[in-house]
Amino acid sequence: MNAVFALLAGLTLGAALAAVTLRNLVHAALCLALALAGLGLIYIHLEAEFVGLAQILVYVGAVAILIVFAVLLVRGAELPEGRVSRAPWWGAGFTALFAATLLWAVVRSPVIRQATRPAPTVTVRAIGDQLMRDYVVPLQAIGMLLTAATLGAALIALPRRDPNSSAHQPTPP
Amino acid sequence: MNPLAGCLLLSCLLFASGLGAVLIRRNAIVVLIGIELMLNAANLNFIAFWRYGPNPEALTGLMAALFALAIAAAEAAVGLALIISLYRRHHRSDIDVAEELKG
Repeated sequence: MNAVFALLAGLTLGAALAAVTLRNLVHAALCLALALAGLGLIYIHLEAEFVGLAQILVYVGAVAILIVFAVLLVRGAELPEGRVSRAPWWGAGFTALFAATLLWAVVRSPVIRQATRPAPTVTVRAIGDQLMRDYVVPLQAIGMLLTAATLGAALIALPRRDPNSSAHQPTPP
Repeated sequence: MNPLAGCLLLSCLLFASGLGAVLIRRNAIVVLIGIELMLNAANLNFIAFWRYGPNPEALTGLMAALFALAIAAAEAAVGLALIISLYRRHHRSDIDVAEELKG
């Protein structure tokens, strides 16, 4: 574990903890963007440059902006009064138990004592080749899924029309 | 301890913080942020096992991470649309308002 990874991991973890604990939702969304950008840098550090750049493009460019827009539309940023949590002790206890189990499993696993392998050389051309050969069906399925999700999101977020008034609307010729 | 251990530990902690947000926080947008963090923790594991695991030329971990990225983006769009729809209906953004999911 070298210094660059430790720095990026600290940044990512700190930003992630801030994103889930801050009360101001705009700050939380920006901390989430920082955490996801840190993860993208970690991917680049792990020599998965393509996925790292895609992560930064998709998450920092799109998802974080989407969340900020949702915060502004919902106008929840300025009214975080009242209880933060539904069942704080139950949830915190379960989370602590879960984290302890995962950490115990990682520390006990023999995988982390193996020798480190040399970095594989992967070109974007190889990734495109794979996507067009072995993974072409999943790629098309993802395309369908993204189309359906876009249409579904637009439909769900459309303002609800009053059913009584819409039933009597004259149909346009 | 090798570099894989660092990735796995970071992934554990990211997943736990996301899970904590989902279980503890009441605001729907923070719950969505927690879900995104959990998905990204899983993605970090894919990349780490691709990089340090056997046979990295097959690119399986990279492909899984790329597809998970696309699915997470779709999930975020639909989730935020649901939050906006709930807010239109109840003028609150807590997930408590989704208790009566009927009709």
